[in-house]
Amino acid sequence: MHEMTMINTTQRNHKIWRELKWISALFSLLLFCAVASSASAAEAVLKKASLMPLWSPQSQFAGYYVALDKGIFARHGIDLKIIKAGPGHSPVQALKDGTADFAVIWLTTALQHRSAGTKLVNVAQIIQRSSMMLISRKSSGIQTIADMNGKKVGMWGGDLSIPPRALFNKHGIKVLEVPLAHTVNLFLRGGIDVTSAMWYNEYHTIINSGVDPEELNVFSLNEPGMNFPEDGIYALETTIHNDPALAKAFVAASLEGWRYAFAHPEEALDIVIKYMREAQLPANRIHQKWMLDRMRDLIMPGTRQEMPGILKEKDYEAVGLSMRKGGLIRNYPDYTVFSGRSDAVGK
Amino acid sequence: MRWENSIAIKLVLVISLCSTLIFAVTLGYNYYHSRVILEKELENNARNLAMSLVYRVETELAAVAKVTEGVASSLETGRFSEQELLSLIRTTVEKNPGIYGSTVAFEPYAFNAASRLYAPYFYREKGKIAFSRLENSYQYVPYLYWDWYQIPRELGKLEWSEPYFDEGAGNILMSTCSVPFYGKSGTTKKLKGIVTADISLDSLTKLVSSVKVLKTGYAALLSRNGMLLAHPLKDAVMNETFFSIAEARNDPSLRKLGKKMVRGESGFIHYKSLVGFSSWMYYAPIRSTGWTLAIVFPETELLENVRRLSMTMAAMGFAGILLLIAAVVYIASTITKPLRSLAAATDEIASGNFNAELPTVRSKDEVGVLAHDFHVMMESLKEYIKNLTETTAAKERIQSELKMATDIQASLLPRLFPAFPDRSEFDIYASMDPAKEVGGDFYDFFFIDDTHLCFLIADVSGKGVPAALYMMVAKTLLKSEGQRLGEPDQILNCVNKILAVDNDSCMFATVFCAILNTETGDVRFANAGHNPPLIVDSQGTRYLALKPGFVLGPMPDTVYEAERIILQPGDTLFLYTDGVTEAQNREEELYGEPRLRDALQRAPKDDVAEMIHCIRAEVTRHANGAPQSDDVTMVAIKYRGVDAQYRIPTRRHMNKAVS
Repeated sequence: MHEMTMINTTQRNHKIWRELKWISALFSLLLFCAVASSASAAEAVLKKASLMPLWSPQSQFAGYYVALDKGIFARHGIDLKIIKAGPGHSPVQALKDGTADFAVIWLTTALQHRSAGTKLVNVAQIIQRSSMMLISRKSSGIQTIADMNGKKVGMWGGDLSIPPRALFNKHGIKVLEVPLAHTVNLFLRGGIDVTSAMWYNEYHTIINSGVDPEELNVFSLNEPGMNFPEDGIYALETTIHNDPALAKAFVAASLEGWRYAFAHPEEALDIVIKYMREAQLPANRIHQKWMLDRMRDLIMPGTRQEMPGILKEKDYEAVGLSMRKGGLIRNYPDYTVFSGRSDAVGK
Repeated sequence: MRWENSIAIKLVLVISLCSTLIFAVTLGYNYYHSRVILEKELENNARNLAMSLVYRVETELAAVAKVTEGVASSLETGRFSEQELLSLIRTTVEKNPGIYGSTVAFEPYAFNAASRLYAPYFYREKGKIAFSRLENSYQYVPYLYWDWYQIPRELGKLEWSEPYFDEGAGNILMSTCSVPFYGKSGTTKKLKGIVTADISLDSLTKLVSSVKVLKTGYAALLSRNGMLLAHPLKDAVMNETFFSIAEARNDPSLRKLGKKMVRGESGFIHYKSLVGFSSWMYYAPIRSTGWTLAIVFPETELLENVRRLSMTMAAMGFAGILLLIAAVVYIASTITKPLRSLAAATDEIASGNFNAELPTVRSKDEVGVLAHDFHVMMESLKEYIKNLTETTAAKERIQSELKMATDIQASLLPRLFPAFPDRSEFDIYASMDPAKEVGGDFYDFFFIDDTHLCFLIADVSGKGVPAALYMMVAKTLLKSEGQRLGEPDQILNCVNKILAVDNDSCMFATVFCAILNTETGDVRFANAGHNPPLIVDSQGTRYLALKPGFVLGPMPDTVYEAERIILQPGDTLFLYTDGVTEAQNREEELYGEPRLRDALQRAPKDDVAEMIHCIRAEVTRHANGAPQSDDVTMVAIKYRGVDAQYRIPTRRHMNKAVS
């Protein structure tokens, strides 16, 4: 019985082997055709483009990484490369240098550079409102913005100081600004009374350093007239002139990437964490999950009917006006010019 | 047999259940108590282990802090040239193997007015002391904004930094001890800079990780923010905080525990470790850095010995209970086996077989006693039944004899009516109902000669067989003497004399004896203590007034006198015994003489048979179901005379005396 099986097996193996030879031959032929055709298709269809996010890989940019990883950019005809970002990398500089075709930049930053002469165009407004907040410990006795007068407030440098400064101006108070780097430890150890924080990032870091939300007073910089929409996708005017279709495809792919990320959060987190590990960054999944969840709140605010990705004229005007008042910019262009709509109309 | 009816099964069930329960409780308590003892001991062990480890870490940290403070204070007191400063920092690193690197970082323009930032840094690299300038090393963020600089600057005191990767300068995971130093400008103290000493986190976590806690236990180190610094979860080290893990696992209790730890508390708790085992943990703070050291003991490993002991005890207990059950089964069977055979034997006895074999029980216990008693009881029963059978047979024999006696007695009395169908001068009718099988009453009537009818009624003292026998004698004597002598007083005198001879039993009889002249209606009579008869004539019904006379039998010398009355045609003489007048109902009320007289008054007068039947019915009605206590005897004689006008032709029916 045992021997019979042995013989059968060998016979079968012989047969399979013969079949395999045929199949492999067929496959090699097919493969050759496929490679030849796809290579020609890629050459024919995919346009090379590059993106520099505002910061190193994290869920704040999940939409782009997911769109890249899931081949959404490729489907929209773009062969995208996401350029290393983070400390020491300026997205605006990258646009100017031409190392990046697109960049994720804050609206305030873009307006400052536009005012300074760099012709940046907002092709999509991703984050619709300010996610920045000021945080104090309840035990410090700071209950209102006015209580911050004369207190040590941790502030990030550059454009990130614009919203809080505008807020302090509005409330007519003066604070002792202490420069912040990348950790929340200065606040946690009591070196400052108030700290700046992003809702999707530092706030959660503070909570997960053992401070309960109930122990904190949180001032969201999101009140009427103070709303500074943050991450948007920008390109140089020339880039859009040269290939307006590319910008459109890029925005469409990015938004699709975001939608996919929100529909499949765990997969999106896997992708983000993969890119974080590639960049040799510590990846705390629960923190990235928090960030992705907040991104959903920030990108898709309010009703479902609102199309994400559009810079609202009302918000734009409010930010421009506020910045001009604060002396941060001399002037700001028309909404249509800044949002690249004039081009679309012109063409 | 159903189980609840079997003693053996009941015993086995109850005893095995009880002993299992007792054993389980004992075992449970033993396990629990061992656990408590172990826990107590464990807490001490854990505390000692944790404290010794904390002490070792603290000693290293304290040494580093002391050196740093020393440098800071010497910078505050003395004036150093750049060369002297560099050599001071270099020596500090060289002389202290615990220090990885050290710098003196100055506030802007505090070192000299020419350069804004100045921070010379000596550190170990590949076993040598390397040098760099931090104002150049940090590519993106100036040293002024690093935690190790900013926090002590703002707080104005020694601070250990949260562990960090010192990218650009030390390029390792480290924690930095920073001490601010000040210079005097006039009266105010002015911050000049920060002195630091770095420790390699690697050597510290190695020390913690090297601690062996049983086989799978471990020691862990947490930062002030709850960051895992040393932990078996390698991926979580320097990436997850206790709180982010709590959030990921959605476990608020873990967060609470983490808060206790970062607050600098110490404690001993039972929890589910981050690795996933049910464990005990002792945690204690490392005061100088605000970190937490935890020693984790996996519960399963700790309780292994207790568990093994408990399992052995359980196995032993189980075997013991099995043995106990076997013993119970044996004892129960020794008790129930004789009981069962006893029960089978008694079943047989109960069904009537008194010769059933009783089992022999040799034991002297309760069962033995019971078996013996059974044996005795069976013997007694056998004896009793035997006696009963004999008695019953005797009684039956007597009964049949009595029945015969009754028949004989009845046949002795004249029972054929009309007794003298060819004599039209009178009618006579009589009846006797004995109270028992045989009675003591009797009556008789017979012709002495052609015109003289002797009739009598008697009642013998006592009842039953003696009375019947006496009655036989009396009746025979009275008839024979009556036919011989022909006078009532002489008859009684003579019979009394005969009866009185050898009358040892002192029996007697009352007798009313009369002789009717059928042609004249003349009645001569003598009474020996009998109830006076009633006469029914044209004047009504009344008791005959007569001399009472003494009873017949006891006294040989008694003399009876004769009296006489004349019956007119149509008159009736009614004789009876005390069985009539003393008939009782249930209320023990006597029928009585007045009632008898009234009844007779109402009774039909033409036919003497109907008259007697009517009285008999009245008496029975009076008794109303009460048992008859005495013989009921009645005789009625109606004189019609020789004249034909009172003669009732052949209407009379044929009656027999009631037997």
